[in-house]
Amino acid sequence: METRKIARMGLLVALSMILSYVESLIPAFVAVPGVKVGLANIVVVFALYTLGPIEALAVSLIRVVLSSLLFGSVLSLLYSLSGALLSLVGMILMKKAKIFSITVVSVTGGVLHNVGQILVACLVLETDVLLYYLPVLILSGTITGAVIGIIASLVIKRLENNLRS
Amino acid sequence: MMKNKRIIADISVIAFFLIVSLLLFLYLRGGKEGSEVRVMVEGKEIGVYSLSKDGEYTLNGGTNILTIKDGKAYMVDADCPDKLCVRQGKIHRNGETITCLPNKLTVTVIEEEGEVDFVL
Repeated sequence: METRKIARMGLLVALSMILSYVESLIPAFVAVPGVKVGLANIVVVFALYTLGPIEALAVSLIRVVLSSLLFGSVLSLLYSLSGALLSLVGMILMKKAKIFSITVVSVTGGVLHNVGQILVACLVLETDVLLYYLPVLILSGTITGAVIGIIASLVIKRLENNLRS
Repeated sequence: MMKNKRIIADISVIAFFLIVSLLLFLYLRGGKEGSEVRVMVEGKEIGVYSLSKDGEYTLNGGTNILTIKDGKAYMVDADCPDKLCVRQGKIHRNGETITCLPNKLTVTVIEEEGEVDFVL
């Protein structure tokens, strides 16, 4: 792997950790477990479009493990990991289709992130009553995914030229 | 033309998620008034309380305090930092749920028979 790529991935992991920390300071604005802005996803979407799927996966996984250990718990690691994985797989497939904008790829990521988390929460709590939150989580995933996607596409557009050098 | 196609693809994806969310919402919220709440911790039932009897219950060895008043159940206190369960408000319709993720505890409204109305 190119040294430049490795350096960039390290930089992105660091950046996403800062965003995770900032996010942990924001109090929950909706009283439903799992609703979050997902600021760190800006970095994951950015990595997906400027580095590639494998690199985005690496950045995402390292970010989730480190930030859960620092700002969360073992349980939050489990929720985040499943959310992050499902979300990234969905985004990679959507990007491969080549007909969707970055924003919509990110919307899919946001929705799948929430769905992945609630599914694991159902497994951990051994109950399906949590599916009651599914509509709210899909809606919030769509909204936050769109916000994150718009920010990510602006950043990608602005940095595109610099990244080629 | 290419640009139009992209916009249509984008809008249909967002519309899809919004419609799924709306349909699920309508499907899950249509519940009738329930008669009891069932408290579960990690898949095990730790108590069933009637909604028609006012009372305050200490759950799960003191991690959560549940109140039932005027046919509605709500969490008044919890030992977790975010207190999301307290903020989730009052429940009384069949299937409605209060969740405390840190304590792995759920409170669900059920009918007398003991079964939740919806199956997914």
